[in-house]
Amino acid sequence: MNHVERTVAAIKAKFPEAVESVTEFRAETTVTVKPESIVAVSRFLRDDPDLNYNYLADLAGVDYYPDEPRFALSYIPYAMAVNARLRLKVFLSGDDPQVDSVSGVWRNADWYEREAFDMLGIQFNNHPDLRRILMPADWVGHPHRKDYPLGYEEVQFSFNWREIDSKKPYAKE
Amino acid sequence: MGLEQKLGNMGVVTMSLEQAVNWGRTNAMWPMLFGLACCAMEMISTQAPMYDVSRFGMELMRASPRQADLMIVAGRVTRKMAPVLRRLYDQMPDPKWVIAMGDCASCGGVFNNYAIVQGVDEVVPVDVYVAGCPPRPEGLIHGVMTLHAKVRKEKLATWK
Amino acid sequence: MTDLREVETTLDQLRHLFTERAFSGETMVLNMGPQHPSTHGVLRLILELDGETVVRAIPDIGFLHTGVEKNMEAKTYLKALAMTDRLDYLNNIGNNLTYCLAIEKLMEVNVPERAQVLRVLMAELQRIASHLVWLGTHCIDLAALSILLYCFRDRERIMDIFEMVSGQRMMTTYIRPGGVWRDVPAGFEEAVKDFLEYLPAKLDDYERLLTNNPIFKMRAQGVGHISAEDALHWGMTGSSLRGSGVNYDVRRAMPYCGYETYDFDVPLETGGDVYSRYLCRMREFRESLKICRQALDRLPKTKGPVMTADRKVAPPPRSELSTSMESLIHHFKLYTEGFTPPVGEVYAATESPRGELGVRLVSDGTPKPQRVHYRCPSWANLQALTTMSEGCLVADLVAIIGSIDIVLGDVDR
Repeated sequence: MNHVERTVAAIKAKFPEAVESVTEFRAETTVTVKPESIVAVSRFLRDDPDLNYNYLADLAGVDYYPDEPRFALSYIPYAMAVNARLRLKVFLSGDDPQVDSVSGVWRNADWYEREAFDMLGIQFNNHPDLRRILMPADWVGHPHRKDYPLGYEEVQFSFNWREIDSKKPYAKE
Repeated sequence: MGLEQKLGNMGVVTMSLEQAVNWGRTNAMWPMLFGLACCAMEMISTQAPMYDVSRFGMELMRASPRQADLMIVAGRVTRKMAPVLRRLYDQMPDPKWVIAMGDCASCGGVFNNYAIVQGVDEVVPVDVYVAGCPPRPEGLIHGVMTLHAKVRKEKLATWK
Repeated sequence: MTDLREVETTLDQLRHLFTERAFSGETMVLNMGPQHPSTHGVLRLILELDGETVVRAIPDIGFLHTGVEKNMEAKTYLKALAMTDRLDYLNNIGNNLTYCLAIEKLMEVNVPERAQVLRVLMAELQRIASHLVWLGTHCIDLAALSILLYCFRDRERIMDIFEMVSGQRMMTTYIRPGGVWRDVPAGFEEAVKDFLEYLPAKLDDYERLLTNNPIFKMRAQGVGHISAEDALHWGMTGSSLRGSGVNYDVRRAMPYCGYETYDFDVPLETGGDVYSRYLCRMREFRESLKICRQALDRLPKTKGPVMTADRKVAPPPRSELSTSMESLIHHFKLYTEGFTPPVGEVYAATESPRGELGVRLVSDGTPKPQRVHYRCPSWANLQALTTMSEGCLVADLVAIIGSIDIVLGDVDR
């Protein structure tokens, strides 16, 4: 029984109603938990001396539009001492994506959560500084959402050169 | 027997003011240190020993726009950076020129999306476009030479 | 028309980030960047200063946000590869490699041994090239201009090797899903060998110039200190973490491309300051050279293909296209439609010159990725800047930024 298996057993024992599913894919274990218990599970993973997940390797959201629940957040805590990685996953609804911030557990979640807020519009409760991080402060919309257009400028070829060139907003002196 | 032939013996060369000023402008262009992304590395390589752009009087990269007359936009310009770029351009004293270095600065390059300005010519007027992703240092030097040729042709009437 | 309005952020909007002294006028709030020679790109810092002393340094990023991740979702897996080069523009090979490892993990593709050796060799050359840029730019911030010129002279030789292999100096896209693009050309091994013999003497020079230089030591020692605990909390990786005494290297923790079979040390320092991070990186040069030598020794012994035989991801060889109709169709389908990985989510990581570079790939079973997320080392390291810079001088700030070796393309993506 390796460390990840022990962790999964420990989470199941401690939070029996929080765990929704445990899946394994390509030697990576994913534990899906309920959004409301993510902070408690994270704190348990970090503070339990046997588990000792002292490091958050990654946190990112994904948009499954038009499926419901629409958003998912993946947390990858890492136990450096035993070299074990786990993935925690929460699913959030598309209408009002909200989850508690884990930046009180792992401090570096701060920017990752700001990115998820900026790019996907997920609200993080109790976050110390929830502002846009990559886009300008007055930007409208959340670019990584699937219903947000990529934004595309038509390519100029020789046959449509003039037509596009006349529409191009060249800068003045 | 004109005056010019005699002046030659006295060590004096005559030329028009236009030529003299344009010659001076081409041989001491001070580019602004404006590295944005990948192309900035090639811009530094152009400065570095192998390619050595100081051969063309350009070894002095100025960090302040007020001391520069050439802006080399090296890299992709984002929507967030565009106002900053324009402000820096406005702060540069006349005469000033702009080289759009690389595909991203010229036309958006491979990044045809919401975040990138599709060509820096939407923000500032561009004199020379240098193609490549990123252009080789020789490419940038060629762009600078092209700009020099352009400056040499500038007329007294259009001076700023 | 491009909107050229500048967004005004008032002090009141950032009230929670500063101390009360900033509002009584006791301390000064100053903007640094995004156009600043010492921020290594377009990093903006909002500083709260008490005289010359930094009270708070708040990074403001996003000035190079390229939308790469979103753009990759709109392309097939293979086409999206060309975008990865341009993320961390000092670690192009590593970006390709991490993305390809994620695809290979997702599709369970085996990579031939020769390709593995070539990947290791190229990745380590890239690490040396990146560290050379770090050394040059870091020293220029500490007013040692000549080092930059030396470092770029040496870097040109690596660029020449890359050009020889791939035809491009920087954006090589040499590493492909399932292997590498092509085998190396004739003369490659000699070129690498020459370089490996050339560099150690130069490194000795730089170390003689810097390591015991009293001016350099005064600028670097005791500056930008971060404890091991804080560094872990902020998610730092790479030499920035190892400078604080935490032994974590992805090449050891999660070996890829056969790194477990190479003999190398992971340099470790315990000071946690700018000088320790400098010492760590200088020793990493030598370790990378060591790995390069071993990989170069293995190269003649591993003859064979450099691309997997798995036709799910690899195109058929050119010679088949003129004789086999099926191959032609397959080739066409592979490059227009792309391959379809199974539904799932994987995370692959490599050790970039800056730290752990991870790719999280979510597939929905179509030829285009559902989501690609880059876990960038500079992003994590930059977060720790606020902690590192507390109580330092403004002049030390540029030393700290240089020492964590951030690349803004890596931070903003």
